[in-house]
Amino acid sequence: MLGWELPPHNSGGLGVACLNMARALAKEGIDIDFVIPYSAEHPGTDFMHVLSATNLDPIHRFGGGSYASSVIDQKIITSSTRNTSVSIREIQHEYCDYVKDYLKNHHPDLVHAHDWLTYEAGIFAKKQHGTPLVAHVHATEFDRAGMHTGNPLIHEIEHEGLMLADRIIAVSESTKRLVHEKYHIPLNKIEVIYNSLDQNYQNDDYTFDFAAYNYIKQLKNTGHTIVSTVGRFTIQKGLPNLLKAAQLAISKNPKLIFILAGDGEERNELINLSAEYGIAKNVIFTGFIRGQKLRDIYSLSDIFVMSSVSEPFGLTALEAAHHGDVLILTHQSGVSEIIWSALKYDFWDTKKLADEILAVADNSVLKDTLRHNVSQEYQKISWDKVAKKCLNVYNNTVKHKRN
Amino acid sequence: MRAICLYLHIHQPVRYREYSIFDVGSDSNYFNDDYHSRQSNERIFKKVATKSYHPTLDLLERSLKKHPDFKVSLSITGTWLEQAEKWDYALIEQIRRLVSTGQVEILGETYYHSLAFFYNLDEFNEQVNIHANKIRNLFGVTPKVFRNTELAYNDQLAQWAEQKGYKGILAEGWDKILAGSSPNHVYRPIGCQNLKLLLKNYRLSDDIAFRFSNRGWSEWPLTAPKYQQWLNGDCLRGNLINLFMDFETFGEHQWADTGIFNFMEQFIDSWLAEYENKFITVSEACDFEPPVDEISMPEIVTWADTERDLSAWDSNAMQASATHDLYALRDRVLATKDLQLISDWRHLTTSDHPYFMCTKYWNDGDVHAYFSAYASPYEAFMYFMNVLRDIEFRLDSK
Repeated sequence: MLGWELPPHNSGGLGVACLNMARALAKEGIDIDFVIPYSAEHPGTDFMHVLSATNLDPIHRFGGGSYASSVIDQKIITSSTRNTSVSIREIQHEYCDYVKDYLKNHHPDLVHAHDWLTYEAGIFAKKQHGTPLVAHVHATEFDRAGMHTGNPLIHEIEHEGLMLADRIIAVSESTKRLVHEKYHIPLNKIEVIYNSLDQNYQNDDYTFDFAAYNYIKQLKNTGHTIVSTVGRFTIQKGLPNLLKAAQLAISKNPKLIFILAGDGEERNELINLSAEYGIAKNVIFTGFIRGQKLRDIYSLSDIFVMSSVSEPFGLTALEAAHHGDVLILTHQSGVSEIIWSALKYDFWDTKKLADEILAVADNSVLKDTLRHNVSQEYQKISWDKVAKKCLNVYNNTVKHKRN
Repeated sequence: MRAICLYLHIHQPVRYREYSIFDVGSDSNYFNDDYHSRQSNERIFKKVATKSYHPTLDLLERSLKKHPDFKVSLSITGTWLEQAEKWDYALIEQIRRLVSTGQVEILGETYYHSLAFFYNLDEFNEQVNIHANKIRNLFGVTPKVFRNTELAYNDQLAQWAEQKGYKGILAEGWDKILAGSSPNHVYRPIGCQNLKLLLKNYRLSDDIAFRFSNRGWSEWPLTAPKYQQWLNGDCLRGNLINLFMDFETFGEHQWADTGIFNFMEQFIDSWLAEYENKFITVSEACDFEPPVDEISMPEIVTWADTERDLSAWDSNAMQASATHDLYALRDRVLATKDLQLISDWRHLTTSDHPYFMCTKYWNDGDVHAYFSAYASPYEAFMYFMNVLRDIEFRLDSK
């Protein structure tokens, strides 16, 4: 399996999805070597072999690493183990070299490559060794660029990987459609396998200590509703629209607090917008958070909004549902294809989003019903089912190859 | 004599639009949306008129002319009549022609297709009266047999109908109630002296209404001779077969290309080809035979779902809250004597509104189990509550 990150060194949902999928596949008896582009400890990964392609530091210290597609050629990464800094492109070359060496001594039945960052290595395995290739699309460059053009080099790599792959796994129907329409891949080559909630969330003994959040607690006690969103502050996430809707909603109900958790290139613009809209007092920026803190944000929120312009899946929505939030999702998110107990809107429809936020904030029946129903619903989606579907794809791919 | 009592229900709700919280207090137009919007009543009505109302009424009119023994009973809601008057008056004229043949009977019900009987008896009585007046004005007849919305029935409703002097009342012929008895007889509701109870033969009704075009059904395709055979067989347990169904079965639920219209025309012809066979109206059905037995339904029985209860309208917190908050406004609304406000409020009592808030099958992702005018039950609820807020705003502004 070729990946770019694994928790705890992940910057987003990709690492979480890879880890959970690998764990569930291992349970099905699959023997997995998982290649990552850096060196670090990964507790809780005994079920597979994690192989480091470089001796670089974990990616999360590199400032958004895997997703910063506009800067892939810039020397942005300062390594403590080397004198020079390196670009993502250079790491990719090293990653490829590592996989080339690996294949001299190993003969995997199949290569499962996650997203464009690893496709080149997968393509090499396929071309040089005839190893069957499954390309897994968690996001395309179109998603990352908010459906604008994006980086042509990345498109090229994506296109080649998707063309040469024997089978493609897409994380939602909308991603499948996008792969078909933008990369001209026949639909029957693409299988949709939705993600599921991080298993750690369901098994661990996390407890929420409300006392640690005195200020928010006071706000809630005085009738405020907490609306949150979590993600990288990039064009893909549609956050300026969320702030526009926040302004509209606050004009009707001043007791609304919006928490924007995350960081990214749009941060300054968003802070500026919240001031410009006159709602700075109602908007809280937390910066990048993970782990316990992130879960606390979910826990203290009443409503979780996924405002993405294009979201191939959107794991954070399941995480929020797990912590008892009402979900409001754009129709442009993959997760909205499988979650029914949620309010939905089109990412540009700020008035409708405001309407939905106000309805939940002002109506405890709607809020309780949505919260209760989604808490029943998200549990139906499990990684075990994901693994079974994956296995099916593997078997079909390998069988096809042998014939 | 063997008789079929064919009864068809004609209804369209007046849907509220996606009424925003930002409209509350400034725009009290709840029901008229852009022609192309999802909730456009005009667009939906015209579509169904083309697909179902016109061809079905034409079929009935042809059959009535051809066969003096062909009879049909109709229940027509006030909300349907309003829309027909506005957008397709020819429909009203045609029904008037049908009624004037003397072979067509019209039933009594609530004007607004509401479940008011279970929430507010005064409101129920008024809505039944408004409906009876409308029917008299348009068609010159007075309903003698009653059907409640969704065929929702219990013993109390029967007692109410007896008191009001109705000749008969309709209900579902549900196995759990019949306990082995046949729906093909006239019954007497418990505690009633004169009122007759007619029970829907749901198997034979649903063969047409639900299963007709289902290719997965072992009996597909259903032909008139085959159906006639089933009818003959069923007459062994009683000679009165009550076929109750939606008018829209013809052309809307079962599209024309399924052959439903040809089937119906052939079936009417072939049934009447045998000399002992007849069609009768609901009033005639009440006189078909003396009641064979007394029937009690203490709990509400409807013709909906496998549960045959009101759970599609009144089982989740959103439905309960919407209904409660709606009826709580009644006294204040009526006290204003503002006809527009009263009409707006009454249109909200239509049972389709809480139906669209039903979540029974929603979580399973089985969207098609419930046709809805809204993107989700949650949105249906959200916009309904916004409309209620505006009604309250108008009350407070008086």
